[in-house]
Amino acid sequence: MEVILSHYYDIASVILFGIGFFTLLLHRNLIKKIIGLNIMDTSIFLFLASKGYIFGRVAPIVSEGATNAELYINPVPSGLVLTGIVVSVSVSAFLLALAQRLYKKYKTINLDEIIVLAKKEEE
Amino acid sequence: MPFVYNVPFFSIILCMVGGIVTPFFRNRRLTQIVNACLVAAVFAMSLTLFIILLSAEDSFTYMMGHFPAPWGNELRAGPLEALMAMVFSAIMLLSLVGGMRGINDDIRPTRIPLYYTMMNFLLSSMLALIYTNDMFTAYVFIEINTICACSIVMAKDSGMTVVATIRYLIMSLLGSGFFLFGVSILYTITGHLLMSNVQQSVIALAESGQYTVPLVTSLGLMVLGLAIKSALYPFHSWLPNAHGSSTTASSAILSGLVLKGYIILLVKMCYRVFTPEIMASLHITEVMFVLGVLGMIMGSVKALRETHIKRMIAYSSVAQIGYIFMGMGLGTTVGIMAACFHILAHAFTKPMLFLSANGLVDVSGHQYEMKALRGAARRDILSGIGFTVGALSMIGIPLFAGFAPKIFLGIGSMESNFHMIVTFLALALSTLLNALYYVPAVVAFWSKPKQPQAQVQEAGGAVLHREMPKRSVFLLSSIGVFIVLNFVLGIAYGPIMQMITTGLNLLG
Repeated sequence: MEVILSHYYDIASVILFGIGFFTLLLHRNLIKKIIGLNIMDTSIFLFLASKGYIFGRVAPIVSEGATNAELYINPVPSGLVLTGIVVSVSVSAFLLALAQRLYKKYKTINLDEIIVLAKKEEE
Repeated sequence: MPFVYNVPFFSIILCMVGGIVTPFFRNRRLTQIVNACLVAAVFAMSLTLFIILLSAEDSFTYMMGHFPAPWGNELRAGPLEALMAMVFSAIMLLSLVGGMRGINDDIRPTRIPLYYTMMNFLLSSMLALIYTNDMFTAYVFIEINTICACSIVMAKDSGMTVVATIRYLIMSLLGSGFFLFGVSILYTITGHLLMSNVQQSVIALAESGQYTVPLVTSLGLMVLGLAIKSALYPFHSWLPNAHGSSTTASSAILSGLVLKGYIILLVKMCYRVFTPEIMASLHITEVMFVLGVLGMIMGSVKALRETHIKRMIAYSSVAQIGYIFMGMGLGTTVGIMAACFHILAHAFTKPMLFLSANGLVDVSGHQYEMKALRGAARRDILSGIGFTVGALSMIGIPLFAGFAPKIFLGIGSMESNFHMIVTFLALALSTLLNALYYVPAVVAFWSKPKQPQAQVQEAGGAVLHREMPKRSVFLLSSIGVFIVLNFVLGIAYGPIMQMITTGLNLLG
């Protein structure tokens, strides 16, 4: 119980990762797949950001020459999260563009139906 | 610092600049020439670096920016990395040159500069995966690699390729998600991202027995992520469509190089982040071994049932990736050496198979089904020879590139009885299966067409060109170079193995 209480960020992010992962893997609706991707990535960002935060400290913005490292949180995970967000936005945009293209062509966003239609078209 | 130490950085940045500049070209020919020159320049630089590092048995880290080790970003190069960079750029060049007609036919003219942009970014991200010394940089370049690889699949703009792309992209993103989570966990337990610093912490953790569960989870997630992206057996479902439906140059590069980029990162992680001993003590190697063996057999079984020539070659890639993972899963140095050699052998063979298949398909009225290709090798002799050499190499006949890795896999497995029995059985079965689908294909290509041309036409339902299409000089020359390289790799495997050994020793 104590472990659960002290690691609730980790547990939340793992649960969210699972939800996002299975939505991305199993859902047939392309838009929901993309939502799943974003949930999955966000859960990792939650994990990283929570690991970088140290309770009772502030963001490492040095003012008035205060350079005591004891006052600040670890800024590296925040930097990683920013990079991760950029990556996540670009792949979401790419997926959305592909989904739009398929919708224009086949008038559906159900991946199974699209595969059937594409196979028919090939033959 | 010797000037040659700048080569890794220069080759990555050169490809990136090339990628940024290429879309502004309006002329297709100019784009292709500039691109070929760029890749050739990368090849020349990597060759120089390789020769210098190999003769000096030297390796170095290169500081990016002005922040020293625990904070800054680093590149790292030794003979193995330089060798891989050299091979990758050479195969990129050969595939692009050989597949040039396919590119011109399949892709809309206005899109061709964009296609080359993606190729440039793809090469730059693969070079970065080879050279990087930083886990998070590796993640970022994995994502760049994914996006580029997906866009070169969809360059041939048909419904089927877009569907293949979206399935490829979804599987790849699942893999990237796993990898990112793995890196995050590794960062939280070690506090570092640079490979050498992570390794110190990991060794300390392994000795003290702390945090074993997070360590296993993180390693498992990263290996799983990379395995999905390199199409290890149960995660291969995206591969046949993506590789089978895209244009020839894309198929060749995806099969020959993109899959290997991730595996080289895995080899690097195995030596520079974890040690082979820690990998073995966490039982990850056993999982890789079992999945590799399964892949070797199931990939061939699937290929056996395939009648579409490009999809057959694509399924054969699944089997070959199985070989590589099995080599790494043996947990011995010889096993990893064999895996590295097989990366080279497969990279030299698979693009040749795709290019030759393209040549054969071109002279058979653009039919991809096996029965329509009967007798095709008589119509295009060099493509026929190319396919035959590739097929023999994949089966593992002596004198061809695919032979040496099998021997070394056998030698590498001899340290434990269980591994030895399984490896030998798997090698025998997989060789047999490879022969079962490659030999009939080769025989059919060289035999006389059974039925008159007219009937093939009706059976195929497409119009067969009466006159032979003009042969592409580029395709022929690139197949010729591939054949020569294949024999070089198959005959001179001793010295090449020596180079790989030197590289791996310096990697540790």
